Amino acid sequence: MDERHLFEFIAHEARLLDERRWDEWLALFSDDGRYWVPLAGAAQADRDTHNSLADEDRLLLSLRIERLKNPRAHSEHPPTRCQHVLQPPSMLRQDPDAGACELHTPFIYFELRGERKIVLAGSYRHHLVRAAGQIRIRLKRVDLLDVGSALPAIQLFP
Amino acid sequence: MSRYGRADIAALVEEDRVHRDVYVSAELFALEQRHFFANTWTYLGHASQVPEPGDYITVEIAGRPLLMVRQADGGIRVLYNRCAHKGAQLVTDAAGHLGRTIRCPYHAWAYKLDGSLLAVPAQAGYDGTRLKDCETGRGLSAVKHVAIYRDFVFVKLSDAGPGFADYFGDVLPSLDNLADRSPQGRLRVEGGVLRNVIHCNWKMYLENVNDTVHPLSAHESATAAAKALWAGQPDDAPKPMAMEQILPFGAGFEFFDRMGGRVYANGHSVLGVNFSIHSGYGGLPAYEAAMTAAYGEKRAQAILQQSPQNAVCFPSLAVKGSPQVVRVIRPLAVDRTLIEAWSFRAEGADEVLFQRSMTYNRLVFSPMSVVAHDDVHLFETIQRGLNAGGNEWVSLHRDFNRAELDQETQTVNGANEILMRNQFRAWVKFMTLTMDE
Repeated sequence: MDERHLFEFIAHEARLLDERRWDEWLALFSDDGRYWVPLAGAAQADRDTHNSLADEDRLLLSLRIERLKNPRAHSEHPPTRCQHVLQPPSMLRQDPDAGACELHTPFIYFELRGERKIVLAGSYRHHLVRAAGQIRIRLKRVDLLDVGSALPAIQLFP
Repeated sequence: MSRYGRADIAALVEEDRVHRDVYVSAELFALEQRHFFANTWTYLGHASQVPEPGDYITVEIAGRPLLMVRQADGGIRVLYNRCAHKGAQLVTDAAGHLGRTIRCPYHAWAYKLDGSLLAVPAQAGYDGTRLKDCETGRGLSAVKHVAIYRDFVFVKLSDAGPGFADYFGDVLPSLDNLADRSPQGRLRVEGGVLRNVIHCNWKMYLENVNDTVHPLSAHESATAAAKALWAGQPDDAPKPMAMEQILPFGAGFEFFDRMGGRVYANGHSVLGVNFSIHSGYGGLPAYEAAMTAAYGEKRAQAILQQSPQNAVCFPSLAVKGSPQVVRVIRPLAVDRTLIEAWSFRAEGADEVLFQRSMTYNRLVFSPMSVVAHDDVHLFETIQRGLNAGGNEWVSLHRDFNRAELDQETQTVNGANEILMRNQFRAWVKFMTLTMDE
């Protein structure tokens, strides 16, 4: 997988979230794909001994997305908007034989809902795999800098 | 001078409704900090958070910075986190280890772990002064009223009000039910704490812990999505833990009403005295065998079959025996509340119990929870809605019966708002207890 193509994939993934194209976003995940926001951020080793802000397989991500489409998702009145601002990704690891790689992408995330605005900072680790000619996300790990602090409700996907 | 005297406070809480000021008045919040949260017993932390001598946690209660320290003799002391000298905070991390002494970073005054003054640099400068005869010379101030029940540490900041056992009375078995889930009768805080800041008054949150009528409408979007995703599965299909925990939120009004509730003096309650949304979690034969071996069959069954929706140790703690989680309510301002959700490992119990504890907190009490999103949104709109004119009152009429005013412990239907009315009656009692007039 050439790097430029991978970096474009990361930017595309963030843009789908910013444009509320969640079904297309979910389709980027492999069947065993996960979206993981560890509670302790980058310091966290695993998901079984320490909790997470979110730790979701495709079933739970679907639940989140289907809820957002329901007009009775009360917190979506007015609808939440978000903007991901990404630094250029860097390649951490590449395994051409397995068609897998790991990328590191620092970010700032804005989420706006009515009068409320929240800003989160952190970095992503994307574990990407090539499946049937497509790039797929096996793990999107979101390491927030804001670990330990009390957080307001985060409605969408940092 | 406050415009709220004892009679004004009492007038805010009628037998079946409360005045909006209890949620929106900054002046009342200041009085709560001074009176209510000093006169009530507040949950501070769990003894397992400070296992070794010198271990500490810092907690702020009613605006007072506190320090809970494991002593050299194994006891626990709660000190005010301010140096006796100038007031600098002795430690500023959420948790850590002090070593054998507490040393102020500002001028290096040193204290023993019990707070007594050990050494002051260049001591000669104090010769002949009044230092040793005043508060400063006596070292760090300690909280006098500290009670530890099954490793849950509570404090009362004022000398007024009932002692620990009288204050909590018959709600304490809810903490036993949580601790007894361990075959060894011991819990350990593990897995980290989920911390939420919500822009609402703390009472709204605590009332909602006992609100069985809201899930159907407030959580409709989350439960409808869960039901749709699970539709078509056979009844006996093993549910992923997340589905096992989320689907019951969609139970109807009848279910919640029949689960039953009980109120106790001083604002405490147990919701789900008959059953709850937690009653249907899958059986764990090896764990049940370990419980039977530890407690005998009869007592083990009694522990496991009791799974209330929520027990409230008013006003700071909401407890679930199964899954093993507690929520801690920390008021920050009249319109801002910190909610912490803690997970426990029941020592000697099946790993699945710990995973249930963490999973429930993550799904329902995380800042990213799809269940909590609608609750939090509604609390924040109530905080704004109460500023509307026209009606200055909030309704607590559901199932009100004048006879309830003459009794303390009462067992009622699950939707009965006596669980909230009971909190407000205690609020008046402990707000006015130390007011002069």
